[in-house]
Amino acid sequence: MSGERLLTRNFDRADSHTLKAYRETGGYAAWAHAQMMEPAAITEEVKRSNLRGLGGAGFPTGTKWSFIPKNHAGPVYLVINADEGEPGTFKDRYLLERDPHALIEGMLIAARAIRSDTAFVYIRGEYVHPWRRFSAAVQEAVEAGYLGRGLDVVVHRGAGAYICGEETGLISSLEGMKGWPKLKPPFPAIKGAFGQPTIVNNVETICHLPHIINRGAEWFAGLGTETQGGTRMYSVSGRVKRPGVYEASVAITLRQLIEDQAGGVTGNGRLKAVVPGGSSAAILRADEIDVTMDVDGLRNAGTMAGSAGVIVMDETVSIPEALMVVARFYDHESCGQCTPCRESTGWIHKMTRRIVEGRGRKEDLDTILDVSRRGVGTTICAFYDGAVGPYISYIEKFRDEFEALIPR
Amino acid sequence: MSTTRIAFSAEQLAEIRRLQALYPERRAALLPVLHMAQDTFGHVSLEVEEYVAGLFDLSPAHVHEVVTFYTLYFREPKGRHVVAVCHNLSCHLAGAPRILDHVKQRLSVEVGETTDDGRVTLLSVECLCACEHAPMMQVDDRYEFDLTPEKVDRILELLR
Repeated sequence: MSGERLLTRNFDRADSHTLKAYRETGGYAAWAHAQMMEPAAITEEVKRSNLRGLGGAGFPTGTKWSFIPKNHAGPVYLVINADEGEPGTFKDRYLLERDPHALIEGMLIAARAIRSDTAFVYIRGEYVHPWRRFSAAVQEAVEAGYLGRGLDVVVHRGAGAYICGEETGLISSLEGMKGWPKLKPPFPAIKGAFGQPTIVNNVETICHLPHIINRGAEWFAGLGTETQGGTRMYSVSGRVKRPGVYEASVAITLRQLIEDQAGGVTGNGRLKAVVPGGSSAAILRADEIDVTMDVDGLRNAGTMAGSAGVIVMDETVSIPEALMVVARFYDHESCGQCTPCRESTGWIHKMTRRIVEGRGRKEDLDTILDVSRRGVGTTICAFYDGAVGPYISYIEKFRDEFEALIPR
Repeated sequence: MSTTRIAFSAEQLAEIRRLQALYPERRAALLPVLHMAQDTFGHVSLEVEEYVAGLFDLSPAHVHEVVTFYTLYFREPKGRHVVAVCHNLSCHLAGAPRILDHVKQRLSVEVGETTDDGRVTLLSVECLCACEHAPMMQVDDRYEFDLTPEKVDRILELLR
């Protein structure tokens, strides 16, 4: 496994956000090279690199790009999802603040591949400092002639809504509406922002592109597993000695990440459970952490890589209380469009709360499981399917803890 | 309380036209303009919604629908400062409930309320994505990390 840092290589430099620092470390060389490549060749290279979306869904990036209709006469848009909001995730904040030019160079490459001349960068409203940093970098890139000569970048601030991280909710919000997800098909690549073919990619995904162009698809693919290339940034928080962002191969195991990178478990020092991919990922027990962190590795373990937000819980943590906190989040953030999600997230929040407060009813646990399972796949977007990840797994894996709180 | 006249300056109106021209459809500038409106008028009242709707040829109902959907638009007057304590999982595990109780007690307000002197509005919010520094909170535009009751006191003291 390569220990080389790609995305975070400049983070230790105090001036890493400046054009000067980015150029000194080889920045914009990949763009110079990509300008000599045919758009289709860039897409092909990214396909062969096995780069997969790092925002949550893990979809192969090059394949996504190839869905743009070849004969489309009108504009094509590139939209960058910087609406980081998955609980337990904080990597894109680092990239926006500490290496904004990597994102800009990646956008130039992606925009060439999909033949787009306008890109929108949607940054969550709370990220004021990252928004200022990134906007300043865009200004620098315009003045240096990288932007504004074939690609215009519009930096757009959100206004506080988790659902806008869902790509069609993001598009609705970008269009000046409430952030309601849209029914698919049509997928954004066919009919996205402003009715035009649109590619929505996560910040971290795009920041990988200069490295792929510089060093080749085979090299990048070789850093990971058979089905996913490269490194990624793991956000590790909760009960660990050194919470923080760690870049490592997608083939690292969850145990290595917790023990070697984050310094091991705090609290009483004994691991109880881990959320491996942001709060929408199913929880893993302490005996389930010898699993690789790539998309397929975690899928085979019954959970998901998601946004790689790793939340660690030691034995002293109450799982029912953790689920109540998570359930409050999904209740608050459900956009209200689809009945199963709007109603169930509210019910389940109430039920988890009364269980924690000692007022639970004997049938509550089975009701939560039933309501969860019935709702999966019945809604417009993946939000409810994500909420169900914790509802079901916390109860199934730690049922005793819940039952102990329910009066007999 | 004095009533502010709801009108942008000539420079602001020019900036709004610039923002509207950045997008294929003018309406896309609605969120940025609502941020501007809130910064200028303090909060987004029904009057402000109607005024902004006029700048976009949108119905006031559309603007109301947008304003009420997002958490960062205030529909009532807020304090001179906004303190938003994260209560999501990683912060919870790091003692966020204790931090929130401490802030409530120091300010003598409940979540959603503003201090009597109009200094601070207190909120309890979902993940701000700075979990490596839990427990944390947002104070106006700034993130404040690795909170302890003592650190909270120092931060609150500086808010005037």
